[in-house]
Amino acid sequence: MSVSASDGEDDQRILTIKEKIRVVLDFPKPGIMFQDITTLLLDPVAFKNTIDLFVERYKDRNIAVVAGPVFLCISLLISNSVSARIEARGFIFGPPIALAIGAKFVPLRKPKKLPGEVISEEYVLEYGSDCLEMQVGAVEQRERALVVDDLVATGGTLCAAVNLLERAGAEVVVCACVIEVPDLKGHERLKGKPLHILVEAH
Amino acid sequence: MFAAENGLKGDPRLQAISESIRVIPDFPKPGILFQDITTLMLNHEAFKHTVDIFVERYRDMDISVVAGVEARGFMFGPPIALAIGAKFVLLRKPRKLPGEVISESYELEYGTDCLEMHVGAVQPGERALIIDDLVATGGTLFAAISLLERAGAEVAECACVIGLPKVKTKQERALRPCRATRKLKTAVEIWLVSLKDTSKMSKLLLDFDYEEPILALVVLTGFDLLL
Repeated sequence: MSVSASDGEDDQRILTIKEKIRVVLDFPKPGIMFQDITTLLLDPVAFKNTIDLFVERYKDRNIAVVAGPVFLCISLLISNSVSARIEARGFIFGPPIALAIGAKFVPLRKPKKLPGEVISEEYVLEYGSDCLEMQVGAVEQRERALVVDDLVATGGTLCAAVNLLERAGAEVVVCACVIEVPDLKGHERLKGKPLHILVEAH
Repeated sequence: MFAAENGLKGDPRLQAISESIRVIPDFPKPGILFQDITTLMLNHEAFKHTVDIFVERYRDMDISVVAGVEARGFMFGPPIALAIGAKFVLLRKPRKLPGEVISESYELEYGTDCLEMHVGAVQPGERALIIDDLVATGGTLFAAISLLERAGAEVAECACVIGLPKVKTKQERALRPCRATRKLKTAVEIWLVSLKDTSKMSKLLLDFDYEEPILALVVLTGFDLLL
């Protein structure tokens, strides 16, 4: 189930975040309403609010690992609106959160981007499949992990990320995203892991 | 150009940083010694030191824009931007940024590549800092500088965690046509040691046989060599 922040002061900060997310139509393909977070990053106050909201929530939960997937995901066509995400935006929120809560940051990437020995998790998209990799040795047995991404749509990426971390013996405590596309019910694909989001897609 | 020349000589934090960078031979292609900064990010203390060193330098330089080069520049840039109160701008490979962009091509060893930035991301007169994890030929940074200058910003400095000294002169050549106050700042240096004969060391890859096993060490200026 998705949990949004609902406290008064948090509401104010969430408002600043929501206003800054730009929707770009027909990108990268016709019919897709792209949730662009680059405009959020152009506002230092809104960007800081985003990080702070996550940090406040997780800093006392004994989390040793923040993992950020980096992934291209085209989600299902529902009601003529499709969400898509382009890789490398998971890198942007993860490191600042990791630094602030004293955790390590582990990038999860498309094949052949990470050097050294890796483990891979493939997953099926509506058309075709894709793959996420993590370096061997990045996480240790029983380390508590937080998965952070900018957007959750179908939940496929997050599910692959959870699988990779669990295969390496880590315990995934929670998944956290800035934006959720609620119609796509991504939270149902997280193997029971809680999903924390800040805003819903425009 | 390197750490010693920029007042970081003897800074104890550089030790942790250098030790946490892993070198992977033959990645992504044979003959390349890949400087892997993911191990740096697995070490919270070293990662924090890296960001702190840059923040200390840039917080009072009136910088309103931190521009990160895809993709590893996205890991270092945002924490620095957040700490100094600047916005973070993504410089990306083609067709990744939605909406209107400006593009700058640059040369690779074989062929060309291209970097893009959103129109409107920076305003004329803003002071910018460019971040990437590593500088080799300087080609990517040159393209990044061009993009920011075309948008009317002033690039105060480029900052990278790692610099590859053997291509230093190419870096300087790449940057010379730009306007004044262009400087590269790196926190660490790379030394190469022959694994066949560990007394043989150089900063230049050219000083070794092509097939010789080589260990690339990240060494701090002013420290003794660590084997």
